[in-house]
Amino acid sequence: MASIVIHHEKVADAGALLVLCPFGALELSGGKLSVNAACKMCRLCVKKGPPGVFELVETVAAGVDKDAWRGVAVYVDHADGVVHNVTLELIGKARELAAQIKHPVYCLMAGSDVLAKAKTLLDYGVDEVFVYDDPGLRHFRAEPYAAVFADFINHVKPSIVLVGGTPVGRSLAPRVAARFRSGLTADCTSLEVKDNTDLIQIRPAFGGNIMAKIHTPRHRPQFATARYKIFSAPEKVGNPGGKLTRMPVAPGLLASGIEVLEVKPKAKEIGIEEAEVIVVAGRGLKKPEDLGLLRQLADRLGGQLAGTRSLIEAGWLDAKRQIGLSGRTVKPKLIIAAGVSGAIQFVAGMKSSEYIVAINSDPKAPIFKNAHVGLVGDLYEIVPELLRQLDDKK
Amino acid sequence: MNIIVCVKQVPGTSEVEVDQKTGVLKRDGVKSKMNPYDLYALETALAMKGARGAEVSVITMGPPQAAGVVKEAFMMGVDKGFLLSDRRFAGADVLATSYALSQGIRRAGNFDLIVCGKQTTDGDTAQVGPEIAEFLGVPHVANVRRILEVGATAVTVEMDMPEALEVAKVSYPCLVTMEKDSCQPRLPSFKLKLATKDRAISVFTLDDLADRDPSHYGLDGSPTQVLKIFPPVPNDSHELWEGGGKELATRLADKLKHLKFA
Repeated sequence: MASIVIHHEKVADAGALLVLCPFGALELSGGKLSVNAACKMCRLCVKKGPPGVFELVETVAAGVDKDAWRGVAVYVDHADGVVHNVTLELIGKARELAAQIKHPVYCLMAGSDVLAKAKTLLDYGVDEVFVYDDPGLRHFRAEPYAAVFADFINHVKPSIVLVGGTPVGRSLAPRVAARFRSGLTADCTSLEVKDNTDLIQIRPAFGGNIMAKIHTPRHRPQFATARYKIFSAPEKVGNPGGKLTRMPVAPGLLASGIEVLEVKPKAKEIGIEEAEVIVVAGRGLKKPEDLGLLRQLADRLGGQLAGTRSLIEAGWLDAKRQIGLSGRTVKPKLIIAAGVSGAIQFVAGMKSSEYIVAINSDPKAPIFKNAHVGLVGDLYEIVPELLRQLDDKK
Repeated sequence: MNIIVCVKQVPGTSEVEVDQKTGVLKRDGVKSKMNPYDLYALETALAMKGARGAEVSVITMGPPQAAGVVKEAFMMGVDKGFLLSDRRFAGADVLATSYALSQGIRRAGNFDLIVCGKQTTDGDTAQVGPEIAEFLGVPHVANVRRILEVGATAVTVEMDMPEALEVAKVSYPCLVTMEKDSCQPRLPSFKLKLATKDRAISVFTLDDLADRDPSHYGLDGSPTQVLKIFPPVPNDSHELWEGGGKELATRLADKLKHLKFA
């Protein structure tokens, strides 16, 4: 049992130590310091407190045999066989990680009538694609998909499992990770691997104002999800050498309390995730009508209009156009942020954009730290003039 | 019908500041509130209570102060409240949190339906709901935007998936996670505040749970561990342009043309 032990004899001024804990987990009862249930085991009190007062006492539990788990596996996210691009991006990342620890790259695909599609994944340098193909897997349902996923893991014993941060991935990955009682790190923005096969995962934490570096030192497989457009899709390989393996689907795997009654296609719209150019409106915009100005700029550049969280919450734009941690992650070739302050939740959703332009009247706006070009000025002066200039010298 | 809603107390603002030098979070004076996504889960359950005469409970895990969100749920019309609070739950990651909640739910009663919010504003992982369902061995559906029918043995829901809206019938007991804006959450009522001010909240510690092995909870029960927290690194190259509006517009127009965007 790990816990923080307080050496009371070394405490000079107990009251002064309460502020050490950002979570308010230190409390005074009868003049004596104690740690309450708010403790997050962040160890800040150990690091920042007077020497010797706080001690982390840990009994290290024996971990798994890491050599028994080999391979980097990618879950193939698809809709009726059409593979989501996030899958290709994860295959690219998986190949990078696998090359470093000399492990194979695997894919897992579950669905109905998906064999032909599964085969195309070999073009991206996957060593083996495992397919669970059965009419019972036509729709995503939590239990059957988790059951074939678990079957795959028991069969292959991969060290690392990567899942796209899509609605299906975010519903499925936790279920499978819980079944193996292993760790899952959501929405990773960076993945690296150590020689001992430990996956080093970096993700925004605590509302996104801070990054956390996370590992899973005693458990396998190590599960991680990553959003679309965080990593780069790989090129196809010249002579794909991998193989396709069709896995049997035992009827027991298909048991479910969920019955899909109807699938109603939604009107297809080009999402901001697919856009190559995006103009983002932020709180610097004075009224909803002014969105027209930025929409004009987006149209002129052949792009899409998007917004920050506050604009979406105010109802100025549809939630599908929200960029940020609680919205969409985008990676366009060009993004122009107008009147956007640059809260880190927002930045997390667009920082991989190839070229970032920021327009803000506040020279201290955090967005400028992330912009390749920052314009300190009034968007109401700059944007109309920019539109004129772009039209002038076509 | 028996419904339980999972709620969480989160920092009142996501604008948590970080000391750039030490990497320490500045949380001084930051108030706590109910995770806003949980309000949709609560409203969903309370609407069923109105329509079908269900009993609605809430459960949360946290320090003793987290009782505040249970009280808030009472003010919205929730009948029973449970708080999981024990130092031995401290430092829990998603897995250990979900496991503790699943144990707490088992202890709290037999529920037909477990309702969760989509995610929290401080963790943003959206993983706890599906993990609880796995530990309880019940089906779950995420991304629910509408409850279509609350039947005697199953609930029919509409899910918002990327390509389509899916209608599914899910047998009890089951877990659903509600999308933001799936309904209009009611406001806490002053009348209920007065009526429930003395209502007891059942507090569970590790000793109250069926699985009392401390290694399954808190830091020890957490497969993932935080190695380090640090402020985000800004992009490498950047220029800052200052000047008049017209001058800046001209420079940007030239730059965009140069980069073949226009």
